[in-house]
Amino acid sequence: MNPVAVTHRALEPDSLIRLVSNEGGHGAVATFIGVVRDNNLNRRVSHLEYEAYEPMAMKVLEQICREAAREWPGTRLAVHHRVGRLAIGEASIVIAAASAHRAAAFAACRYVIERVKQIVPIWKHEFFDGGEVWIEGATANPEDEAARLEAKRRACA
Amino acid sequence: MRVTVRLFARLRDIARSADLSREVPTGATVADVWRGLVAEFPEMAQYESSISSAVNADYARMTAVLADGDEVAFLPPVSGG
Repeated sequence: MNPVAVTHRALEPDSLIRLVSNEGGHGAVATFIGVVRDNNLNRRVSHLEYEAYEPMAMKVLEQICREAAREWPGTRLAVHHRVGRLAIGEASIVIAAASAHRAAAFAACRYVIERVKQIVPIWKHEFFDGGEVWIEGATANPEDEAARLEAKRRACA
Repeated sequence: MRVTVRLFARLRDIARSADLSREVPTGATVADVWRGLVAEFPEMAQYESSISSAVNADYARMTAVLADGDEVAFLPPVSGG
């Protein structure tokens, strides 16, 4: 299994955990699972559709993993993002980070999700009671060092 | 020369197409392609200050010069995760 994926298939957190934790030197595995919520901004959400610029999203996810590995050396990372139609309660993203100790595992995991929200070319189309809307978050700029440092600050908070 | 334009999310909805093929002059930049799109689809103008762009699936500046056959993508603010 590739540590980085953008896929239409249901995500398998256990597979990512196994993938990162197959080395004996790791004493901690942190995971993050993003899940489709039934409400947003007082709207009753029925489902989401995720769209990706897939080849670019793969490259940017790989870049984010390299950034995290630089910040927390020895950390092993995997991140899979789902696309297509997702029902309430389904996982949209799974991140697993293994490290010798818990601080680096938690930090690397948090860093990856913060960076995903900043620069990965994936979009959420929200369908709710009475309409639909494309969610627009951050203007993506991989050269924005202030944004990268903000992701690191949150990761270490 | 010809370039392929990839559009996503709301930009794709506005153009009613995910892929467009456009003839551009030699030396054209990403910004030139964007200006052409805005002329064609005025609703896109609201994204002037918030889009990002990519050439051949790598982030690129609006000043990047294009080559024949390049794939230019315009990315509205992202919302993955």
